[in-house]
Amino acid sequence: MSTDSTSTAEPITRLIEEFGKLPGIGPKSAQRLTYYLLRSPAGEVAALADAIRNLREKLTLCSVCLNITDTDPCAVCRDSERDHTKICIVEEPIDILPLERTKKYKGLYHVLHGVISPSDGIGPDELKFKELLERLNNSVVTEMILATNPNLEGEATAMYLQRLVAPLHIKITRLARGLPYGADLEYADDVTLSRALEGRQEM
Amino acid sequence: MTAPRTYQTEAIVIKRIKLGEADRILTIYTPGFGKIKAVAKGTRRPKSKLGGHVELLTHSRLMLARGRNLDLITQAQTIDNFLPIKDDLDRLSRGLYMAELIDSFTGEHIEDPQLFELLLETLKQLSQTTDCEPVLRYFELNLLDNLGYRPQLQHCTDCNSALKPDTNFFSPKMGGVLCHQCGFNEPMARPVSLNALKVLRLWQNCNFTAAMKVKINRELASELEQIMREYIRYLLEKQLKSTTWLDRLKAESRQV
Repeated sequence: MSTDSTSTAEPITRLIEEFGKLPGIGPKSAQRLTYYLLRSPAGEVAALADAIRNLREKLTLCSVCLNITDTDPCAVCRDSERDHTKICIVEEPIDILPLERTKKYKGLYHVLHGVISPSDGIGPDELKFKELLERLNNSVVTEMILATNPNLEGEATAMYLQRLVAPLHIKITRLARGLPYGADLEYADDVTLSRALEGRQEM
Repeated sequence: MTAPRTYQTEAIVIKRIKLGEADRILTIYTPGFGKIKAVAKGTRRPKSKLGGHVELLTHSRLMLARGRNLDLITQAQTIDNFLPIKDDLDRLSRGLYMAELIDSFTGEHIEDPQLFELLLETLKQLSQTTDCEPVLRYFELNLLDNLGYRPQLQHCTDCNSALKPDTNFFSPKMGGVLCHQCGFNEPMARPVSLNALKVLRLWQNCNFTAAMKVKINRELASELEQIMREYIRYLLEKQLKSTTWLDRLKAESRQV
């Protein structure tokens, strides 16, 4: 950091340093943000500080689905209108957002908080597999929908889950893998096209 | 004269890490340039035109543009996606182990067309086989051979005497076999059976197809695995991370 600490007040350099740790924010952007805040109304700055503090203080992991929540169990797990016999497995909390946006899925979720990645030393013990098995053993779930990403680690995780859950005789489904809406066939790779052919549907 | 701005190469993707919002840095192994790192823009978006062509363990033809730091992948076309590996958890896990192995043992921009051929051939064999372990062992042995770590299996590496058809010892430190006498005095050496020695000697000197014809029972397979694993750990001075996962898969499949 090139900020000259002798000529600048300590609170300013400190905030510049903190901003600089954020992804996508270089030293110049950090300076700009800091001086912007210095000139903004006191209320706005306090609101930002408050929002940041709450982020860590008020949020926990839902004890059922392990999504990030401010109430435990989370709103989805508490909702009696939702279908408690279906459970959708996702890699990260952020993956729930696009699924909810479809308004097509009314079941529950389970967040693994990562994927199996052998060369990074991440296996089932580093993820929320144990919690999932416990949950499946003591619940009314009849279908498990695997919504891990359609890439190598996501597929590996899905295959491993399938192996792990098979003895429980729960229906296991995988999100369809094929062509994205609005794309060109010309650019599709062979794996995607093979999957699209395998999963073709009568119309 | 300056080098051309773009170039084409075949490549096998051996590693990829996330970069920024939707990009990835790929580590690829090529016949003409050895191991290189390159940026693949936008590959984490669903509509990426590179996407599936630059997935791990995929053999592709790539067009790259020279960058100041890392080169940029501008076009990609799959040659072989090795779908039978990706559709099977056991094969896939072995494939990832191979990728980690080759990444750990090679430096960037050191060309080794033979090593590329070995990797390609191993992925082809892995796609067809029902028994992954011999494929892995043959790969390990010949990878080390290529890199100059070929284990000496003909004579005792200490006293240079011919080996007797008896239990001998394998010493990672000496890079080969010790005779019965020398092995006893070397605490780090492990006993190696006559059958294991014979298989290793054969695999050092035959092609893949011939190597895969050897029948290996479970006991021998596990001995060969231990010998190679200790030797590799000694050379790298670390345990490869994917071995933990391989061990777990094997232990769980034995339980069922």
